[in-house]
Amino acid sequence: MAYKSRNVYMISGGLTKFRKYNYDEDFRLNVKNAVDYALRDIKMDIGDIDGSVSAYFSDHFLGQLIAGAMTNDYIGMSGKPSKRIEGGGATGGLAFQTAYEEIASGNMETCLVYGFENMSHVNTWRGNDLIALGSDSNFDYPLGGFYTAYYALMATRHMHEFGTTERQMALVSVKNHNNALHNPFAQAPMKINVDDVLNSPVVSTPLKMLDICLMSDGAAAAILASEDAAKSFSDKPVLIKSIGASSDTMRLADRTFGDVPLLPNETKNDYKNLKYPGVHSFKAGRLAAKMAYERAGIKNPEKEVDFAELYDAYTSAEIQAYEDMGFCRYGDGGKFIEEGRPNIDGDIPVNMEGGLQASGHAIGATGIMQAVYAFWQLQGNISRHFGNNNLQVKNHNTGIIHSHAGTGAYETVTVMEAV
Amino acid sequence: MDRYTRVMKTDPLVKEFDYNIEYIHSYAQDSKFFTSLGMGILLGSECKKCNYRYGTYRKYCMFCGSETDDINLPLTGKIHSFTTCYYSGENFINETPYTLILVEFEGIDSLFMSRLVNKENKNVYIGMPVRAKFRRLQKFDVNDVYFVPA
Repeated sequence: MAYKSRNVYMISGGLTKFRKYNYDEDFRLNVKNAVDYALRDIKMDIGDIDGSVSAYFSDHFLGQLIAGAMTNDYIGMSGKPSKRIEGGGATGGLAFQTAYEEIASGNMETCLVYGFENMSHVNTWRGNDLIALGSDSNFDYPLGGFYTAYYALMATRHMHEFGTTERQMALVSVKNHNNALHNPFAQAPMKINVDDVLNSPVVSTPLKMLDICLMSDGAAAAILASEDAAKSFSDKPVLIKSIGASSDTMRLADRTFGDVPLLPNETKNDYKNLKYPGVHSFKAGRLAAKMAYERAGIKNPEKEVDFAELYDAYTSAEIQAYEDMGFCRYGDGGKFIEEGRPNIDGDIPVNMEGGLQASGHAIGATGIMQAVYAFWQLQGNISRHFGNNNLQVKNHNTGIIHSHAGTGAYETVTVMEAV
Repeated sequence: MDRYTRVMKTDPLVKEFDYNIEYIHSYAQDSKFFTSLGMGILLGSECKKCNYRYGTYRKYCMFCGSETDDINLPLTGKIHSFTTCYYSGENFINETPYTLILVEFEGIDSLFMSRLVNKENKNVYIGMPVRAKFRRLQKFDVNDVYFVPA
């Protein structure tokens, strides 16, 4: 695939606190607050932005279509080019990459990407139902209207294939909820232990309440710029080194049984008898990572990636993502968390700010929230935004952000680098 | 919309907004799969060109784009994966707990997702033999077929 473009930088980011419900501010004001945060942080004016990309997943949550255009005029971008990107849980990740393309192609010098979702406007059960409309409505949705079940089917198979345990999954929840204790933007910081997770109500075996992400109200914004624009507006830009994306079948039942697409640090012998991906792994995640790494010149992600914001909608999905991203071999994801490697003081910290589990999952905002966290990490600025330095990773030269739609029907991986 | 107005809060003002949609859902090119369930037939697909055999019906091959032939799937298979749901989407909450399975069939390249109707949800395992059963009174959705332990 041809790949040549201008350098693209992220120069600022902003967030609202994610909450279970926020009836005081609607989606437009949520976005405005996130955008104003980003503008304030870099002393930019909204008039300095050439155009925008809006990200929100579902028209059903708000009962409002073309909500991107409504937001755009609310923040003072009326008259500028703007478009909406949608791709399930990967909406924010895809929109961030679209903003990258606006700069890389030379179409814009500065581009604002913002994401939002106000999920509190329906009850949780209806919310589950609406999310499940993001599965095949002939063959999948009528079986139960429940995304957790699809991820649970994958988790069951991962456990069967590799011996992954519910305790290992619980460790992911403990890590992410405890991390969030130091993040003032997080929705559900919790001091919990493995037993709390294992004893929480069973939702869809093997997944329990504390294995599952939140539904949130919130917004996130990122400002991207060309090299010249980055120089004039920022003294600490972050390079978006590369983007990678892939897709897989929407229906879990259609997944194939083939060979693992290898990363440079793996060999065929690593996976002699493994039928891949089946339903135990996310091929689109692996292919997105492979593309992003090749473009960034990363040969060994285990050594070269300092930290990651991974799509932990379910604890099982974070374990699967360690493997898809090449942080360990397929099958070693459970051991990876057991050994503490994704902990804040581990060798590849993951979801330091709490991830979707504890920071929150306002779907359209999520991928951009990850970019903002990664940006602050790479700048070494966590203490300025969080009021404490507990979550600042020690090595912060290269980070990745990763998101899923469906059970990995779309996936994105973006590599970001300190300059 | 002539019904009561339910105000939930006044500051900020929060009210209930009821918006229902009655969809006219066409199964279109998938129709034969659903009508066949009424005859006790579970259809899959086989690509005429690359011979890939699908456990879930589709009219066109995802590898080469060729039109597929309908094939009768075996009515017995094995559980490839499973989950028992104690919560669900709103439309199915009264049906919990229910068990979903992915079924693998001998000689078929991909899987089929379905419900397992079982006396005891705890006794489900990967590799468990299952057989298809069909609703006597069709509702014309994918639950017209379900599986039971073989």
